[in-house]
Amino acid sequence: MIRHIPALALLAALAALPFALGQNPYLLNALITTGIVTIAAMSLNLLLGFTGQLSLGHIAFFGIGAYVSALTSLGFDVELVGGVRVVHEPWPPVVGFLLAVLATAACGYLVGRLSFRVRGAYFVIVTISFAEVVRLVALNWVELTQGPLALTGIPPFSLGLPGLGTTTLRTKLQNYYLVLVVGTLCYALIARLVASRFGRAMRGLKENESLALSVGINATRTLTVAAVISAAMAGAAGSLYAHYLRIIDPDVFLFSTTVTMVIMVVGGGKGTLLGPIVGGLIFGLLPVALRPVMVPEAQWMVFGLVLIAIQFVMPKGIVPGVARLVTRRRASAATAPRIPMEVRP
Amino acid sequence: MSDTPILSIEHVGVRFGGLVAIADLHFDVHAGEIVSLIGPNGAGKTTAFNVMTGFLKPSQGQVRFRGTSLQGLQPHEIVRLGLGRTFQRTSVFPDDTVFDNVMIGLHRQGRARVLDTLLGRDRAGEARLRERARDLLDWVGLSGRAGEKAGALAYGEQRLVGVALALATEPAMLLLDEPVSGMNASETQVFVRLIRSIRERGITLLLVEHDMPMVMEVSDRIVVLNYGRLIAEGPPAAIRADPAVIEAYLGHSSAALHQDGAGRTAATETIDA
Repeated sequence: MIRHIPALALLAALAALPFALGQNPYLLNALITTGIVTIAAMSLNLLLGFTGQLSLGHIAFFGIGAYVSALTSLGFDVELVGGVRVVHEPWPPVVGFLLAVLATAACGYLVGRLSFRVRGAYFVIVTISFAEVVRLVALNWVELTQGPLALTGIPPFSLGLPGLGTTTLRTKLQNYYLVLVVGTLCYALIARLVASRFGRAMRGLKENESLALSVGINATRTLTVAAVISAAMAGAAGSLYAHYLRIIDPDVFLFSTTVTMVIMVVGGGKGTLLGPIVGGLIFGLLPVALRPVMVPEAQWMVFGLVLIAIQFVMPKGIVPGVARLVTRRRASAATAPRIPMEVRP
Repeated sequence: MSDTPILSIEHVGVRFGGLVAIADLHFDVHAGEIVSLIGPNGAGKTTAFNVMTGFLKPSQGQVRFRGTSLQGLQPHEIVRLGLGRTFQRTSVFPDDTVFDNVMIGLHRQGRARVLDTLLGRDRAGEARLRERARDLLDWVGLSGRAGEKAGALAYGEQRLVGVALALATEPAMLLLDEPVSGMNASETQVFVRLIRSIRERGITLLLVEHDMPMVMEVSDRIVVLNYGRLIAEGPPAAIRADPAVIEAYLGHSSAALHQDGAGRTAATETIDA
């Protein structure tokens, strides 16, 4: 339980934050989108940090989640090859969320199966290509996705139980807490996975693959399961994004968003539970701080400089760096009183 | 000792392009034996291990373990059949504690599926694994190091972690790749006792090793490789006196010396050393 204290403290702080900010809508909006991208960064960290595989097309899962969820709740009417007409009546956004998770999990399985046979650089290339293909589909299958005209009028989430009535999440405050709840669930899920037999298999493969194989760990299976869970989480984040913004276009597949997620994970500390959250908050809110003073293009340079500065001071990222400082201080506090006695003649 | 061998190397050959790493290797290991595979550097010993454990596909021949052909099996499938191994150099997961290393090694002993983990249904299984990890560390004599990072341990202790990891797979047979390299004389003696205790628990052992006194002390039988070929096979006493072995280690003239008796002491000492 003690090792969860920093996470619980952070959760309490985040839960109280909207009130501390006086429910400023501009800041709340920034926090919500930051929270959504942070969930995606957490999912990326499951692959990059815990299995050591870099998915540079991670935004594909996010975007697929957004489109699946949006189309499920908007409905569509398309004609497929051979004159087959598919008509779908709108379903509630919650169903869209679940379908987004399932669809992206299936995509994660496919990408994992295809590419983990080769690993490393090949995995990076396969994921980039996958993201680009999906973006082109979203851009060009106009009948389904409206292409660059964007899907508009996506309904907001509505939650409720049969018999107890439903609430539609229209306010920013409600959406903030929805993102916080989903983020907390994702955190708890990753924490549990990492501490389990499955988590040990991932770490083993990352640290010494031959040795991991020699104790009976199935590399392809372990990495594929990690990709499935990671993709499903990114898909969940995409669904949150679609129903919060209520408009999506093929720009959700922008490569630069993947880069932002990688920066969040690496800056915060890959392979740690809190790393992507700390990195996500810093790099997600940095544009808010920079917006009054510079244009978005210049912000990218500041991103780079901040990342370099972090890596220079704490090469493994903020969370491992701070953890090391704390243990060192504790160690020196424990030994400090003894030193004068030894020096005394 | 049963008549059918636990491990059969059947005319195995390995070629990397034009380079012949193993020409034609053929020998058996019987259940309960301690067999050592020796030979000068580059003789093909580690290559042979890699073939037996599925890390390399042989260009010819095959390996049988407990009557099953290992042809086409992946490393993680072979270890599930009960054939464990250690590695010559990187024998640990460096960023994890010694205890967590063994927990990773106990992968096959755990039954928890990903879904059980997510629903928190594997507490009892985890407790059982931790118990087993403590037993294994006790066995190899690393209990006092359980909380330390494996990558920070002395080289000799890392080898012990490697052995604990291999034992965690509950093998019927264990392949040890240069287990005492980097150990001093007293550590080696402790390791010899560990090897015997492993055998006492019914695990067959095949070693690759350069430490000749240790090999002579511990082996029931020795197989000698040179340039990818088997040049001698037999009990330690016979190997020590085998002219082909002495020639392989010391060159032709020394073998001649050995033949006429004048160099006997010098040559046997070198093989011993």
